[in-house]
Amino acid sequence: MATVAAVIASTHHPFYYRASTATGADRPPFADEWVAKIEAFRETLTRARPDILVMVGSDHFHQLWLDNMPQFLIGKAPFYDANYYNEEREFGLPRMLLRGDEELSAHLLRQGLDAGFDLAFSNELRVDHSITCPLITLRPEADLPIVPVYTNIFAPPLPQPRRFVELGRTIRQLVESWPGEARVAIIGTGHLSLELGGPRQFGPHGPDPEFDRKAVGWIASGDLGSALAEVSLDSLWLPGNATHGFMDFMLMMGVAGENVKADYTDSLDLFHTMEAYFTWYPEAAR
Amino acid sequence: MSKYLLDKFLYTIDRDPELVERYRADPRAAVTWWEAERANLVLSLPEGERSTWLTFTDTEREALATHDYVRLFEFGAHPFLTLTLFIALFERDYDEPLGFQLEYARKLSHFSLPYPDIST
Repeated sequence: MATVAAVIASTHHPFYYRASTATGADRPPFADEWVAKIEAFRETLTRARPDILVMVGSDHFHQLWLDNMPQFLIGKAPFYDANYYNEEREFGLPRMLLRGDEELSAHLLRQGLDAGFDLAFSNELRVDHSITCPLITLRPEADLPIVPVYTNIFAPPLPQPRRFVELGRTIRQLVESWPGEARVAIIGTGHLSLELGGPRQFGPHGPDPEFDRKAVGWIASGDLGSALAEVSLDSLWLPGNATHGFMDFMLMMGVAGENVKADYTDSLDLFHTMEAYFTWYPEAAR
Repeated sequence: MSKYLLDKFLYTIDRDPELVERYRADPRAAVTWWEAERANLVLSLPEGERSTWLTFTDTEREALATHDYVRLFEFGAHPFLTLTLFIALFERDYDEPLGFQLEYARKLSHFSLPYPDIST
């Protein structure tokens, strides 16, 4: 059976690419520290020697629109073009072409449906910065086949937080039941407290440092009990109006396992939103 | 209230570089054209399979025609869509990094929780 080589959860800051490649007067003062943290984080994936990456993210109103909005969707295609004109425009992100692994996609879809998740699928999916930012930080060669998993954290009505956790647990089980010897890393990105298009946006820190401190503690210790007790669809509006992206972190906590401590934890307090990085190495992969 | 249609306007303008410039240069003309020609176009369907029922209210049309992102927030337009498009429209007019984004936040500073409902 396949091995889960690493479980990785992080924020996806679309400004990293520009900050890390800027030079001279354009280079922000925090860029060097940020790059150093990212390079250390990248090493946690490299060390796991993955063959395939399952990438959990969320479409930001690019291909998926309100006339037909899936809650959970898995891509099943041989290739994925990536990044959009408005991400090029706002963040300077490059266009990319990623390979897919259709066999793993088919396995996750079939077995996921049979496990009680009515997953949508896409045979032609252009992925956005929620998938490409973690590739840029963790695997800039973008040389490994991927399976994109999209969640709706954006367009209410949203699934409940516990469904994100359950989907994460299921993805873990399904990867571990996939025939073959592949080493699969499961990578997902979400948000800590975040405000977009509201009065608390673009402050010197994230909009709710107290939420961020608690959330980093829950993730680092795998404390799903506290996270599920304290987080609801209603409560997530309070730390910032885009904080529902935290549910993708909860999905990754489901992948990592309840009360399983992260083997690697780091964070960086930045303007607008806090960055946080977590890696787990499952027993079987050590 | 047609939050969905406000969101559809923001979404379809934002994804098209030419429409972004038209909306910046002459917002009233762009909104008039869009409502007549695009509001009822289903994005995944051919021209002939249009919807027949989508229109803005007068206040929504006026907010779009005056680039009034504070009103759009109040109406429950999706804040990610509004922010992304308005950065494309106006960031270029500010010298300081994040100058427009911070002014945007200040103009919304009279809103407190809970914010207007964005569900469609």
